[in-house]
Amino acid sequence: MTKIGVLALQGAVREHIRALQESGAEAVSVKRIEELNDLDGLVIPGGESTAMRRLIDKYEFMEPLKKFAQEKPVFGTCAGLILMAKRIQGQESAHLELIDMTVERNAFGRQVDSFEADLEIKGVGDDVNGVFIRAPYIVEVGEEVEVLSVHNDRIVAAKQGHFLCAAFHPELTDDYRLHQFFVEMVAEKKKVIA
Amino acid sequence: MLKTGTDRVKRGMAEMQKGGVIMDVINAEQAKIAEASGAVAVMALERVPADIRAAGGVARMADPTIVEEVLNAVSIPVMAKARIGHIVEARVLESMGVDYLDESEVLTPADEVFHLNKRDFKVPFVCGARDLGEASRRIGEGASMIRTKGEPGTGNIVEAVRHMRMIQGQIRKVSAMSEDELMTEAKNLGAPYEILLQIKKEGRLPVVNFAAGGVATPADAALMMELGADGVFVGSGIFKSENPEKFARAIVEATTHYRDYELIANLSKGLGTAMKGIEISTLLPGDRMQERGW
Repeated sequence: MTKIGVLALQGAVREHIRALQESGAEAVSVKRIEELNDLDGLVIPGGESTAMRRLIDKYEFMEPLKKFAQEKPVFGTCAGLILMAKRIQGQESAHLELIDMTVERNAFGRQVDSFEADLEIKGVGDDVNGVFIRAPYIVEVGEEVEVLSVHNDRIVAAKQGHFLCAAFHPELTDDYRLHQFFVEMVAEKKKVIA
Repeated sequence: MLKTGTDRVKRGMAEMQKGGVIMDVINAEQAKIAEASGAVAVMALERVPADIRAAGGVARMADPTIVEEVLNAVSIPVMAKARIGHIVEARVLESMGVDYLDESEVLTPADEVFHLNKRDFKVPFVCGARDLGEASRRIGEGASMIRTKGEPGTGNIVEAVRHMRMIQGQIRKVSAMSEDELMTEAKNLGAPYEILLQIKKEGRLPVVNFAAGGVATPADAALMMELGADGVFVGSGIFKSENPEKFARAIVEATTHYRDYELIANLSKGLGTAMKGIEISTLLPGDRMQERGW
């Protein structure tokens, strides 16, 4: 069975763990660097990206996470997507810089503008309920990046190699298809590494 | 089809705050310190609870200038407080783009009988509770997040502990009940039956449950997490301490790693003096904010 961690510095950890378990993976929360060691993949959950970044720095998670990501799949939702982007609009520096894309934070407005919408996601389904909460979106992507979903002309899900990201929160619904998609990515990568 | 203001979107916003600390601030400068310290949200106020207590008189919604200043200063969510039952204060704050409203007993209630019908609003609400009945009533009215009432502005954790233990204990009791006992329990607690049924099935509240009202130190924050809180509100505890920035950072870390006692020991070293605090028994009955609302 594949073992997937959920970065548990802050945010919606419990929901991701449940979604991963429902998708047939073993799921654990990760609060310390050494807990990355025996994982096959990692989820960076939704939460507040500035708060997570401060804790990543404080506990010197940055380098271990980048090293982990060189070989193993990572899936980021909302704040996790922001942490994975190479460029953030209006900011000089980004965070983990895993996916060749530019993102804009809080791009749909404030909380009163948060919304649910039906999404078509390539390889996943054409009726996925997307829950967008003070969500970012992807402004532009590099050549290596495959766009998986677009909502009102804005990119909201993408994949680059073994990296997956979504601007919305699949973990807040009972629809686990996107998690299953990631679990399969992890299982395939595991075979390749082995 | 695009839907805004749904339960999922309102409750989901609170889910994203889990494991984090929400800090009271009274201006842009404090808001920036809070954000840089790792706060997941700030609560924009005219005065922190300790000062509201000291000032006496009627405490109302903050001056919109302050709320606006804070909204413009940070990228994390901004919350604000409206008086219990004050429909217009809540609508005003909603119209300003505040991300979350606290229908709060820290302010002087505008209505002693009815709380807001929070389902009517697009903006999500957090409400205080001392027990499961109160929490369930607020959820029934549409609250998307619950917090303990504690005793705000005292720097004394004892009431927040009482309320968290009460709620968690009652959840365990309800979970263990058979379904035919539930209606009587709903009657005894004054809780909506449907909400109680949901709590029984899930073994927890259907919304996030934070600790609030008296958190003054990193150890206080960790204690509340240990007792089952999903996160922590710190009101007066940060900006009434000797070194707000250090306190803020230490409380954030203690909340994340609430079972790492060596870390909490290190965080607590040389923090300076915490807010002075008030022993609860010295409060006059009329000064107990937790008695406001029902």
